[in-house]
Formats: sequence, structure tokens, C-alpha cells
Amino acid sequence: MSGHSTYQPKSGFSRWMDQRLPVGRLVWDSFVDYPTPRNLNYWWTFGAILSLCLGVQILTGIVLAMHYTPSAAAAFSSVEHIMRNVNYGWLIRYMHANGASMFFIAVYLHMLRGLYYGSYKAPREILWILGCVIYGLMMATAFMGYVLPWGQMSFHGAVVITNLLGAFPIVGETITTLLWGGFAVDEPTLKRFFSLHYLLPFMIAGVVILHIWALHVVGQNNPTGVDPKSKADTLPFTPYATVKDGFAVSVFLILFAIFVFYMPNALGHADNYVPANPLVTPSHIVPEWYFLPFYAILRAVPDKLMGVLAMFGAIGCLFALPWLDTSKVRSMRYRPQAKLYFVIFLVVCVILGFCGAKLPDDQVIPGLTTFTLVDSPLNSFVWLSRLATLYYFAYFLVIMPVLGLTEKPLAVPETIATPALSHPATVPAEATAAPEMKG
Amino acid sequence: MRGDPYAPLRPPYAIARPRSSTAALSKGDLQVADPAANAASHPAGDDPSRRDFIHIAAITAAAGAAGAVAWPFIAQMNPSADTLALASVEYDLTKIEPGLQVTINWRGKPLFIRNRTPEQIASAVKDDGASMPDPQPDAERHKDGKANWLVLVGSCTHLGCVPTVGGGDYGGWFCPCHGSHYDTSGRIRKGPAPKNLVVPEYAFLSDTKVKIG
Repeated sequence: MSGHSTYQPKSGFSRWMDQRLPVGRLVWDSFVDYPTPRNLNYWWTFGAILSLCLGVQILTGIVLAMHYTPSAAAAFSSVEHIMRNVNYGWLIRYMHANGASMFFIAVYLHMLRGLYYGSYKAPREILWILGCVIYGLMMATAFMGYVLPWGQMSFHGAVVITNLLGAFPIVGETITTLLWGGFAVDEPTLKRFFSLHYLLPFMIAGVVILHIWALHVVGQNNPTGVDPKSKADTLPFTPYATVKDGFAVSVFLILFAIFVFYMPNALGHADNYVPANPLVTPSHIVPEWYFLPFYAILRAVPDKLMGVLAMFGAIGCLFALPWLDTSKVRSMRYRPQAKLYFVIFLVVCVILGFCGAKLPDDQVIPGLTTFTLVDSPLNSFVWLSRLATLYYFAYFLVIMPVLGLTEKPLAVPETIATPALSHPATVPAEATAAPEMKG
Repeated sequence: MRGDPYAPLRPPYAIARPRSSTAALSKGDLQVADPAANAASHPAGDDPSRRDFIHIAAITAAAGAAGAVAWPFIAQMNPSADTLALASVEYDLTKIEPGLQVTINWRGKPLFIRNRTPEQIASAVKDDGASMPDPQPDAERHKDGKANWLVLVGSCTHLGCVPTVGGGDYGGWFCPCHGSHYDTSGRIRKGPAPKNLVVPEYAFLSDTKVKIG
């Protein structure tokens, strides 16, 4: 993808610099002259949005750390101190707390884009896996960050999640003790979570650099899934992608601002405004919304260890996806059957999220009690999540491998430019859609 | 080894340059320029196996050192001395009426001390033969002759939430997090938890005083 550099240092200083540390050349080649497929749609703007999210979280997080006290006795009141006393502390904390949710909204859309358009397929396996690594680091960071206010949900969320690792035979207890620094979640746990919560975003930033590097080696995928074959298939990153990204970022910031200014606690849980009490668990404990589908998978399995393995396996499937999908066609635009299963997968993920927020034994359809099978009340969220979990795994482990071999895809265009230029709207030959080709 | 370490360095491993810069390097081009110098750098006895030994020994020593340095950084995460010192707690049982339970903090975890009513004991004993995930008779879950006193770690054995007393299908405890039901002996009867509520190490100091830990 990366051809020879077209960078021309303009001033004496940039020529001098270019011979010593070619930062200008790197920026020019990566973000100005870099060829992007001409048919990228708005699903391709989440890279920019996610970079912004990471920047916002690091900036607001550094400020919050200046006012926060990582101790079991003072953590909760220091967060209230930020909210009530620190100048604009409420704004910075709400940006950070809602920023995490925005980050996950964006990353989920970014991942679904990759799933739909086959962005994980050769030669983009490493690019995809690096993305999965970033997602894993994000989950760890978000989890530890949620513990820091030391409210009821923080504390008992930490208890539940760290106990997950205790499910492993033999080493489980050793791992949890090592993680807690004691016999339960307590002061040492909070302190190390604070330290790691500060560290991990910078590790994310490091992997993001690798992710972008890998992207620039293999080039971007595009809605057709057909690799660019000539200059007619691409447009330079600037101004085309920069302006499009800029617009998408603006729209995204409006959504972000609506949450921060009008409904800052809508995505949180009221119980987390109650200081942590190790002796009482809230009557209904739920994780943040972005973990709900995995939480539902955990609860769907009646066995402790198997439940934990299923939960981690749900994420593990993503890592193996490049080799699970056997289809030669990248984009689901040309895979009508895969498209159908993908839509069901989307619905199933939403159902899992919904189940994760409910009590497992509650009824899905209120009042219906006759729907039972061999003593099992099928009209319950735990059974709904079992069904959904089954589809979740079937999608990755059965449908993806089998469908690639059995389905008959639609005709895939020869090049990216072909469908665009042969479209009736572009019939007048002089109305070329490649302005950079003129002259 | 060189006789004079300060002698100007002749390149003993210099690569014979191809005449033209466009000519590809073939294997034959990678010759040592001066065979005599080569011999000087490999005096008798300095054979490859001795070098291998030094390499392996150095790498092993470095790996050992890396492990030794990593050890304290991992071990610091384990419970510190003061955490380990907070081991035992004493409690006066006269405060607990029959049928009630107190929850006290022991090693950062909740500890249940429950004064069971005769009906609760009877229902626990009656179920001794019932099928359960972690079978244990009620008699093994309390001290001899103290059937009414049940001392349990109040952490659900599933994922560590604190079960609520008196809830669930068996009248013992119910864990609100993932729906585990415990009976009046603290045995798991239904739900995802794999084990009975843990009975900690404890002893009666007198009829009314118990020491846990």
C-alpha cells in the first residue's frame, strides 16, 4: 500500500529536519497523501472518533487523578469533592464517566463494521487481532476505573469480577489473593487498581500505534471488500478522509455533549452513589452497560467454571475470527445469507445485553407461567440468555465456517471504481469522479 | 585474541566488496579478507563449543537474574504483613436472639453468626439425604452440641456477593447477584454456586463467646 514517499519539504527548516528526524514526512505520508479507498462510508470514521475518545479519557483522567485520593477511607468522598468543590470538577468527571460509555459505543460500531465488511480477513488478521487486544485492554481499564469511586456498585462489581478468576481449579485462589493483596477486595486492591487504571490507557495508546501501523501496511478495507487496484480506486487522505472524519467527530461530540450536560447519570447506576459496604451487596448488581452481554453469557451457564470460560470464550471467538470465517468474499454486501445471520447476531447481542440487566429468574413475558419444560421455567431471562448464548457461539463456531463453504455469493465488482463509474448517474464520461486525476 | 589491544583495528571480517555496486552479493563474496587475521582471532583452543558454553551460561545467568528481579515485583502484590496479622476476631453471642443473624467483618469479608431456631435445625437435618451439589450433613457444619450456632463466611461461593438471610427457596440464604439458594445449614441447593458457604476455623471460648480465625 505504502508506495514511495511524495513528501517535498518546503522550507529550509523542514529540509534540515527531514534529514534528521522525518516526522513531517511520516505525517504527510500517513495522514495527507495516504491513499484511501474512494468508496469509504461513514462506518469508516470511527477510527478518528476512537482516537478522540482515547485522547479525552487520558486528558480528563490526568486531571481527575490530581484531585482523587486512592484509599478505601477517602476515595468516595474525594470523588464527591471533585463533584462539589473542584472548579469544573463535575464537568471533567462527567466527561470521563460518560466518555467511557462513548468510547465503547464507538468501539462496538467499529468492530461491527469490521465484522460486516470482513475487515479481519487476510491480509488484515494482525490488524484485527491488535484491535481485539485494544478492546481487551479497554475492558480492563473500564472495569478498574469503575472501581475507583468506591461506591456500592464499584465494590461489589470488583468482588464479582475478581472472583471470576477464582473459578479456575488449583490456581484460582492464589490468583485472586494476588490480585486483591488480601483476603477480600480492600484497600490494597483499590490502590493497585488506581495505579493500573492510570497505566493501561498508555498501553492502549501503544497498541493503537501498532494498529495504525498495521493498517497502513495492508491498507484500509472498504465497503466492497475489493482491494484498490489503481489510482482511480483511491483518494488522498487529506482532504477527503480528514473532512469526513471531522464531520463524523462533530456529530459524535453532539451525542457526547447530550449525555454530559443533560443526562450525565443515565448510563450509571444509582447504587454507586452509596459508599462501599463490604457487608451488604446491593439487591440487584449489574455491570456497566457495555459488559452486559458478557454478563448474561456468564449467568446463562449453570456451572461456575464453565460460565467463566464461556464468558472469556465469547471474547476469544473474536481473536479466532480470521480463521473461522471461510468465505473468500470479504464484504457481506455480496453475501446475502451471511447478511441475514449477521442481523440476527446483532439482535442476539442486544438481547444478551437486555438479559444481563435483568434478574435471571424474572419472567420475560409477565404473567405467563405455563411455559415450562421438564421443571424449567422457559419464560425467564436466564433461559432467554441461554438461547442467545447458543446463537452467539454458533455464529462464530458453526455459521461462519460452514456458510463460507456453502453459500453462493453475489458477483463481486472487478475494482472499486467499476460500480461507481458504471452507475447510471455517472454515465457522462466527463463527469469523472476522480478529481485528482484531472491534469 | 589480539596481542596488542591498542593496535589499529584491521577489519578481520571485512566483506570483499563486489566490483560493481549493482552486482548482487553471492555467497562467495562473503569471504574473510585476510585469512591470517582470521587465524589470529581464533587461537588454538578457542573452539566454537567453548563459545557456545559462554553464550549459554551468560543467557542462563541473565534469565535467572531477570527472574530474581521479577520476583519481588510480583510478590509485593500478595497480602502484606499487616493484612496477614488481622487474623482473628472474638464475638459475644449473648447479643443474638434465636432466629437472628449478625454480620461482622472478618478479614475484610462478611462473617455470618446465626442463632438457628429448632425448626431451622430440623429442616436442615431432614435434608441431609437430599441431592445437592456439595453434599454434607448438617452435623458437620456446626460444633458438637452447639447445633443452633452456625458460623459461616458470608461470601457466596459463586462470585463473592453477600447472600441475604432468610431468602431463597430453602429459607437459608439467597444470593441476589446470580440467584444461588442456600438452605438453613448454608449448603448450596440451587443456582450457580459450586460449594456450600464456607465454615471458617473457629472455637467456643465459653458458652457465650466465640473466636473466629
